[in-house]
Amino acid sequence: MYDVVVVVGGPAGLSAAVQARTRNKSVLVVSGDVRDNPLWKARLVNNYLGMPGLSGQEMLESFQKHAREMGVEEINGRVLNIMPASSSFYLGIGSQVEEARAVILATGVVRAAQLPGEAEYLGRGVSYCATCDGMLYRGKEVAVLGMAADAPEEANYLQELGCKVTYISDRQPEGLRKDIAFRRGFKRQVVGGQSVEAVEVDGERLPCAGVFILRPSLAPVQLLPGLALEGGYIAVDRNMATNLPGVFAAGDCTGTPLQVSKAVGEGLVAGHRAAEYIDQMDKS
Amino acid sequence: MATIHLTKEAFDKAISSGTAMVDFWASWCGPCKMLAPVIDDLAGKYEGKALVGKVNVDDEPELAARFGVMSIPTVIFFKDGVEVDRKVGVMPAAAYTAVLDG
Repeated sequence: MYDVVVVVGGPAGLSAAVQARTRNKSVLVVSGDVRDNPLWKARLVNNYLGMPGLSGQEMLESFQKHAREMGVEEINGRVLNIMPASSSFYLGIGSQVEEARAVILATGVVRAAQLPGEAEYLGRGVSYCATCDGMLYRGKEVAVLGMAADAPEEANYLQELGCKVTYISDRQPEGLRKDIAFRRGFKRQVVGGQSVEAVEVDGERLPCAGVFILRPSLAPVQLLPGLALEGGYIAVDRNMATNLPGVFAAGDCTGTPLQVSKAVGEGLVAGHRAAEYIDQMDKS
Repeated sequence: MATIHLTKEAFDKAISSGTAMVDFWASWCGPCKMLAPVIDDLAGKYEGKALVGKVNVDDEPELAARFGVMSIPTVIFFKDGVEVDRKVGVMPAAAYTAVLDG
């Protein structure tokens, strides 16, 4: 069990992780592909105090290095759900489970509005986890809607299991197996009867039994049912505490301005308050 | 009473009368591992009131296919052998007890 698990290591998450380490808490950061972080794509960031002229990639690499030097542990993966237990939380990460006493959400803005048919067919052909559900689709046609940088790897995994994969995204993916069909598409919806029968891509119907929707991160309310939102962002107080005891949030997922300084500052507060929350639990 | 592991042969008889709750799972599924203690706990709490069972979809692919289980974990509720509800993904215990008590 970790004291603190941070969900996604961008500026807010890494800041929170470093601060929790300064309070001597054990910290695990769960992140997908770093290239999914919007900061990674920023060519030049000139408004971070005292450190102008760096690219987003340089900043992220520097933040990661700092966190590693502080003893923050990292794993690569996508958090699929978070379940509160009596005095801790269980986090499902692909095929792994980790336990934490406090959770810090720093998922960034999860842009994806749900696709038409997505919620309706969840569990009836729509899946967010190739490792979990791939085996159930062996020998069948599946569509991978690749929105995360590591989605091609998951598509390859499905193909290797014996699924017949079509990869759909708005641009040519890197690292996709040559025997996987690629279809460029923007407007996508899931259609079917009792279960999924096809995806429609820009009006064209592609029959399939399963649709794997792979985003960089799941929306916080999907991760943690009951989490309160405000204007589409996670509702927090001055302590970066959410409405759920032991769950804190920081960075872009709590609202505008979507800036590195703000994320780092909020991460600091969340890291300290999460550490205090754990200390309180130890006393009581 | 511990959770009952159901096989193809035993399934229909086991759920034929009263309330049953069956968790479809596999060992390679992280969220399923998360749900396991919740299911075991409910098996104890509902002893004598409902059957709480598990189906390993690796061992029993026919059962998974028969009930159209396409994502795990999936928990299916039966009354006298007829499906009355299902919950896909990991949910807090209250989501399951609401159906069992309903």
